[in-house]
Amino acid sequence: MRDRILAFLVLLPSVLAVGVFVYGFIGQNLWVSLTDWGKDPAQALALRPELRFVGLENYRELFTGFVDVRFRQSVVNLIFFTLFFMAGSLGLGLLLALAVDKAPRGEGFFRTVFLFPMALSFVVTGTIWRWLLQPQGGVNALPTLFGLPPLSFPWLATREQVLAFDWNRLPFYTAFVVGLVLLYVAYTAHREGEKRRAFWGLASAGVLLLWAFAFGRGLKLLPYPEVHGFSLALVGVILAAVWQMSGYTMALYLAGLRGIPVEVLEAARVDGASEWQLFRRIIFPMLAPITLSAMIVLGHIALKIFDLVFAMAGLDYAPTDVPAIYMYLLAFRGNQFAKGAAIGILLLLLVAVVVVPYLATQLRKEVRR
Amino acid sequence: MGRALLYGFLLLMAGFFLLPVYLVVLTALKEPARITLETVWQWPHPPYWESFRTAWEAFRPKFQNSVILAVSATLLSALVGSLNGYVLAKWPFRGSGLLFALILFGMFIPYQSVLIPLFQFMKSIGLYGSLFGLVLVHVVYGIPIVTLIFRNYYSEIPDELLEAARIDGAGFFGIFRHVILPLSVPAFVVVAIWQFTQIWNEFLFAVTLTRPESQPITVALAQLAGGEAVKWNLPMAGAILAALPTLLVYILLGRYFLRGLLAGSVKG
Repeated sequence: MRDRILAFLVLLPSVLAVGVFVYGFIGQNLWVSLTDWGKDPAQALALRPELRFVGLENYRELFTGFVDVRFRQSVVNLIFFTLFFMAGSLGLGLLLALAVDKAPRGEGFFRTVFLFPMALSFVVTGTIWRWLLQPQGGVNALPTLFGLPPLSFPWLATREQVLAFDWNRLPFYTAFVVGLVLLYVAYTAHREGEKRRAFWGLASAGVLLLWAFAFGRGLKLLPYPEVHGFSLALVGVILAAVWQMSGYTMALYLAGLRGIPVEVLEAARVDGASEWQLFRRIIFPMLAPITLSAMIVLGHIALKIFDLVFAMAGLDYAPTDVPAIYMYLLAFRGNQFAKGAAIGILLLLLVAVVVVPYLATQLRKEVRR
Repeated sequence: MGRALLYGFLLLMAGFFLLPVYLVVLTALKEPARITLETVWQWPHPPYWESFRTAWEAFRPKFQNSVILAVSATLLSALVGSLNGYVLAKWPFRGSGLLFALILFGMFIPYQSVLIPLFQFMKSIGLYGSLFGLVLVHVVYGIPIVTLIFRNYYSEIPDELLEAARIDGAGFFGIFRHVILPLSVPAFVVVAIWQFTQIWNEFLFAVTLTRPESQPITVALAQLAGGEAVKWNLPMAGAILAALPTLLVYILLGRYFLRGLLAGSVKG
């Protein structure tokens, strides 16, 4: 009995620390995000600032207010960064794993080389690539090594945007994309014979798509059109991020490839399957769970990316803004704590949407075991 | 043909991963005046070691901060994690499973969502700007991952061993000291590598919670490289200094590094 109490006492400090530093602070942050802290500069840095409850005002301003156009560009940047960073890291990681897996010689060497950027901090990676991507710098001068003219793409310095769209269309696009995803969920559920999941997937997809086409297109977030797009200055940041993280996906995929029993592959070969069929029917499905957990990890990193952008482009460069940077800028440079807290809560929600379902299924699996 | 293609691809990729390193080293070894577009990729003759000395002088206090921070926070959080894992794996009580889940959740939050209250809190208890405050923050936010690693490791240790020790009269700490600790070396190595690398490389807490005199090297490097009219030999030498400790860990303890990485991938 004495030992049980000791065990509880040993755990207690950690429970209290996590309770305060995680749950307490999230709660306090939520409260701050609902106040006007920072609106009045005189109050902003006061020791005991008088906070007034303003409800969702900060959130409304971020998405539809006149001043926070930079936040909206940062959200668009985040979406494109996440998509391309995940696609790049997964694609390159898979290619590297397949190649390393096949190479009879030098496997250890290649693995070491592809994985070493993982040991660096994003600040180091960012500093290195900032130098590589100077308009007159390393990458642009690379072709001259082969006697070709240098490149002239300004990388981080460009202000060009592609895939531009009006911010007012965002509700429509969001509903449309989520609707398509739900349709796909319904389709896979139907194929697996799960009738209820298929029905609810189909029903909610239908409602969303109907709403999108009936009302979503007419909704106006702003009284004027506001164009945002994929900022090409991000290409360099994505390149650096993929350089750093694709070794990690390679390691995951390599472990997965090694886990496929040789007999299965042999049997399929004996049955006359081509290499492509092997890949399509056996290897790829067996790698799917790895892809999912890699996507969770990479998505998680992407959503809170801060140090890489800070080191590559600095705080004040709007074309590479991401919400974490804008949050830091608002709160710790501009003393607009309430609005910064609101961005913190939005990031938490985004991460929760990605992570909570994943955790729930993982836990359920563990319970079943 | 297939072989040649395969190795061609692998070598090309090795080039993609190593070229930045080559450029960093040669830029760090150049006289600032000689860093020009035409000769970006050319090896300096003779190498100019002065940059390293200047960078070392500029970065030494921050490097020391990083060493103190990473070493002490790593040791503390390994100790905390080991005790927590021991309790959760071997002394479960009613509700300990739920507590474990609640602790684990702390791994997944983006720290931006607690940054402002954390900043306020550190100010109000007088730890803002001190290295000790940063150690505390790293230990606290490290609790979830280290608890997870140790709990998983300890749940593999058979309960019979503990029973035997208990019959011999060992209590809670006796069992920990004489049965669990001697078996824990691999878990300590994995946790130490993981925490050391994470804490050494961390930036967000460091930049929000320190003053110039307590800055770790990541903050100093980012600020130096981000300044106007940079002489690039210095940031490159600084980047090498900032990267060296974790690279050494990776090269010397690669197998454990990978294990930590895969353990951490439950995290994110």
